Amino acid sequence: MTLKQYFRNIWDGMRSLAAGMRRTGYYFFHHKEIITQEYPDVPPRLAERFRGEVVMPHNENNEHRCTGCTACELACPNGTIKIITKYEITPDGKKKKALDKFIYHLELCTMCNLCIIACPTDAIKMSQAFEHSVFDRSQLIKILNKPGSRLMEGVE
Amino acid sequence: MISLEFILQSVDRWLRDRLGHEVAVAVEYVLVGLFVILFFAVLGLVLVFMERKVSAWMQVRLGPNRVGPGGTLQTLADTIKLVSKEGLTPAGADRFLFNLAPVLMIVVSMLLLAPIAFARNVQLWDINIGVLYVSAISSVSVLAVLIAGWSSNNKYSLLGAMRSGAQIVSYELSAGLSVLTIVVLSGSLQVSQIIEAQQTGWWLFRGHVPVLVAMIIYLIAVTAETNRAPFDLAEAESELTAGFHTEYSGMRFALFFLAEYANVFVASAIGAILFLGGWMPLHLGNWDAFNRIMDWIPSSIWFFAKTFFFIFVIMWFRWTFPRLRIDQLLELEWKYLLPLGIVNLLVATTIAVAGWYF
Repeated sequence: MTLKQYFRNIWDGMRSLAAGMRRTGYYFFHHKEIITQEYPDVPPRLAERFRGEVVMPHNENNEHRCTGCTACELACPNGTIKIITKYEITPDGKKKKALDKFIYHLELCTMCNLCIIACPTDAIKMSQAFEHSVFDRSQLIKILNKPGSRLMEGVE
Repeated sequence: MISLEFILQSVDRWLRDRLGHEVAVAVEYVLVGLFVILFFAVLGLVLVFMERKVSAWMQVRLGPNRVGPGGTLQTLADTIKLVSKEGLTPAGADRFLFNLAPVLMIVVSMLLLAPIAFARNVQLWDINIGVLYVSAISSVSVLAVLIAGWSSNNKYSLLGAMRSGAQIVSYELSAGLSVLTIVVLSGSLQVSQIIEAQQTGWWLFRGHVPVLVAMIIYLIAVTAETNRAPFDLAEAESELTAGFHTEYSGMRFALFFLAEYANVFVASAIGAILFLGGWMPLHLGNWDAFNRIMDWIPSSIWFFAKTFFFIFVIMWFRWTFPRLRIDQLLELEWKYLLPLGIVNLLVATTIAVAGWYF
């Protein structure tokens, strides 16, 4: 090791240490940079693409967009969705397949989003709700269509 | 004017009037002992809280904020928890040495408080070899670490203790050399005279580059001597679980913990005395008006402000730098700090002899 290299080592070492201390010193005095979220006290800031659970939006007349086509049930990789259909009699006397129960097993769901992509009528979507803890597993089995709800007009 | 010196003198006079000379001195000894214990307890609470807050802010976190206003009672709660925990002695341990080590550690830290000047004329013991006393006593703490590591009968403890031995023996040299730089400039080993020598300005400002270099070397060396990151090889929680205090629990662990912070305080206080003039206010040459304003601030506040500045810098080191490997640690000392320290001492001596400082 030459003398020049020796002093160069000292200089480089001091400079890199000073760079590190400048960074931490900056954080010490800039509390706005703190990334801790005080979650139960303050609502959390979630990422835009965060997926919490599958929901079925209903409009004000208690109507949804699900035709009961079971595309989501087929797309689901682990049997999270079970769709039970029924036959309705339309005003002109025809029998028509309609949704009876949209059963969603939240405890099985991996939030992979494949059912949302598969849905041809945009009947279901992902919500950002994430506080799902319950005391019994059976409470995680949800029926997504509200009682008495029906298919929205014009959705085929 | 009410100062720490005035309060202590009034207490002294009151005791002497009531009890006579001998009894008063005896009572004062007891009071000083109680003060040291109380001071350590408060110091532990304050410094642990400070460390947790500093580390949190440097790591972009919030730190303790639940117990008490702003989390200030967190360390008190932790202390209560530690006191109530069981102090376990492992079956294979050497019982006597195992129990002796934490006590030795804390006693060494307490002894180090003796020559520190807390304010103008407030000092427990103004010994005429004050600085030598500090460097002599502080190296006894390695004995406590070695005893703790050896008596635990645990391979991690032993490895940590052996590393700590190599480390403290090495870094004691650099710390001593940087202290000597100031001793050469002040011409005295007595703490009160070193502070008096900085009446017209602190050594950091008057001593040119050598004092700055000495201060940096001192800070690095005491960080290593107090076994704190980036030199915490004796603990090295990611390699040796907790190093020399792996087997300790409850209050005996708390004593090691407290001694670490007490050592940081003592090292910072000595650094403040040597390089920043201890309790001496900031004086600038012949600016009488400015100097008088600075004198108006109590000397104890000056002392604690400077000490806490050094403590903050040492904490800053800890939360910025990664831990060194043992070979890097020894290389840093023997190849860099020691030669630089010797050359630096030579330059400082030249300056002192020629009277080139301000």
